[in-house]
Amino acid sequence: MNPSIPVAAPLSALGRYAIDLVREMGAIMIFFLKGFALMFSLPTIFSKTAQQVYFIGSKSIFVICLTGAFTGMVLGLQGYYVLVKYGSAGSLGSAVALTLVREMGPVLTAIMVIARAGSAMSAEIGIMRISEQIDALETMSINPIQFLVSPRIAAALFSFPLLTALFDVIGIFGGYLTGSILLGLSSGIYFSRVESSVVMMDVTGGFIKSIVFAVVVITICCYQGYYTHRRSNGQGAKGVSLSTTSAVVQSCVLILVTDYVLTSLLL
Amino acid sequence: MDQPLIQFKDVHKHFGDKRVLNGINLSIYAGQITSIIGKSGVGKSVLLKHMIGLVRQDSGAILFNGKLLTELRKKEREALKRKFSYMFQGTALFDSMTVFENIALPLTEKTALPRKEIRQRVQQKMAQLDLHAIDDEYPAQLSGGMKKRVALARALITDPEIVLFDEPTTGLDPIRKSVVHGMIVDYQKRFGFTGVIVSHEIPDIFYISQHIAMLEDGRILFEGTPEEIQHTEDPVVRQFTTGLESQRDELTGLASQQAGDRKFREEMMRLQSHQIAFSMVLLTVQNIDQINETLGRKAGQTALKNFAAQVQRQIRITDTCSRYGLNKILLVLSNTTRKQARAFCGKLGRQIKGESILAFMPEANICFTVGVGIVEAQRGNTIDNILTVAEATQEKMYEFRVCSEQEET
Repeated sequence: MNPSIPVAAPLSALGRYAIDLVREMGAIMIFFLKGFALMFSLPTIFSKTAQQVYFIGSKSIFVICLTGAFTGMVLGLQGYYVLVKYGSAGSLGSAVALTLVREMGPVLTAIMVIARAGSAMSAEIGIMRISEQIDALETMSINPIQFLVSPRIAAALFSFPLLTALFDVIGIFGGYLTGSILLGLSSGIYFSRVESSVVMMDVTGGFIKSIVFAVVVITICCYQGYYTHRRSNGQGAKGVSLSTTSAVVQSCVLILVTDYVLTSLLL
Repeated sequence: MDQPLIQFKDVHKHFGDKRVLNGINLSIYAGQITSIIGKSGVGKSVLLKHMIGLVRQDSGAILFNGKLLTELRKKEREALKRKFSYMFQGTALFDSMTVFENIALPLTEKTALPRKEIRQRVQQKMAQLDLHAIDDEYPAQLSGGMKKRVALARALITDPEIVLFDEPTTGLDPIRKSVVHGMIVDYQKRFGFTGVIVSHEIPDIFYISQHIAMLEDGRILFEGTPEEIQHTEDPVVRQFTTGLESQRDELTGLASQQAGDRKFREEMMRLQSHQIAFSMVLLTVQNIDQINETLGRKAGQTALKNFAAQVQRQIRITDTCSRYGLNKILLVLSNTTRKQARAFCGKLGRQIKGESILAFMPEANICFTVGVGIVEAQRGNTIDNILTVAEATQEKMYEFRVCSEQEET
């Protein structure tokens, strides 16, 4: 198309943007596939993965418990007042448990891990890039993706489902705290409804989501840090700060988008 | 000459609008130390990064043993890459790892050596580089000079065949600078690796390299031996080498090699026009390697510095005493015949006290052996043929030792 025609300018800009977007998505996918394939290289991957499980998993337990408890409590509170209007306060257990296991657990866990570990990961890898530490790995014939990204993917695949499970359980107890202890619903009714309403399919669905989220979060956060130097809008420390922001924003948005897609597929 | 180990053929590279390399033709030969000199920002580091594949050229070819990288199979390519080691200008140490972990990383990641063996090798390398009791410190806790040495230790830990040094001594004090240069030479002799050094350290770099290339405007402006570059008539090269060279040698405080050359030319003119004789004396510290090994490199360099100060004190105001190599001092004695020069050296041997040279290490029981070569200049001699004669005759002619306990002439 001739760019001198006025109509063509916005169209070609849109086209360029679309091409860049597709190219970027392709690059992210290749980045993930490389990281995933190199996950199976022995033997040093074990110790590095263990360190990352500690960083992504163990160190997130406190924050996951805290957010899980308050999410459950607020669900219990809101749910009770809504259900009591329709005279079905007894089904509070089902409402809380299903909301947590199917949706809130995986999504909020992923978002909390992004805030705690994803941003740190992006900044750490970004700083390694700008201070030539990644180049140094290459000169030592150490594959930087294998060294930095693969252990994080492996660790996230372990940690996300476990953290999600923890979030769900603590959340259900949070709901019990407000629904039963604070507002007086019988604890027997609460827990029997939890038990009767949640089926294995819900739990599996939640786990599938958490595994997909693990992949999305780690890939985006590592990718942004790893290619900090290619940013056109900022170099050095500013580049790292922009990469960290992009990592957090992009992974949060993608989590919600993927959540919708997965829910529609799983239902 | 044989086939070059690394050969650049018309290599071009630009970053955005900036043209950095503009048709580089350069050959690096195995077993030699090649130094790349040039002004800041002319792309010396970029050139070095091309050798290890951190930066890819836009056009042109880089051959390894006459073969293109793309012609090699994946395994061959990996094997070739493992022969390389690179020391970064900004050290590029892993700041979240301790010094020990940094140096050990190439071994822990790429070899199956037992831990004990790795620890032993790392500690040996650290001791050689004068890095003591900092195993558990982090790079941020070290001084700039120490970081450089840690980076050097990491680059040499795998005993690589080709080592690329990007400004290995920038920011070090004169003694440590000499230690690092001495170490590069020593290692190169011992392991025969091929070294490529990007450096600003003129004239020190001339003492340790066999081949020098000067980069200017994205091209190799000059390529040759250190002697050739020092005697070239090219004005840009001359301006660069003499501009960077200080009048005094940093380590010893003696006149620089160029000042020695200048004095020689002046004396030669006097000899030719007025028949005023002059002599040259070449002092070579013959057991510097032994001193380095026994007392440590830092002590070796300090002893050399003290020795130079003693010699400087003995000469007349009309004489010039200049540093002529890692362990060589050249005296240009004006208005002196060979006989007088011999007498002067005899006096020098008696006057220089071992205690003052090795005073900083009173417990050391070692002699500082200096070979002396004396030559009276003849008309038409060049500095090179006088030095060759001085080198060849020094042991037979004369030798004096200064010891920490007694003096022996």
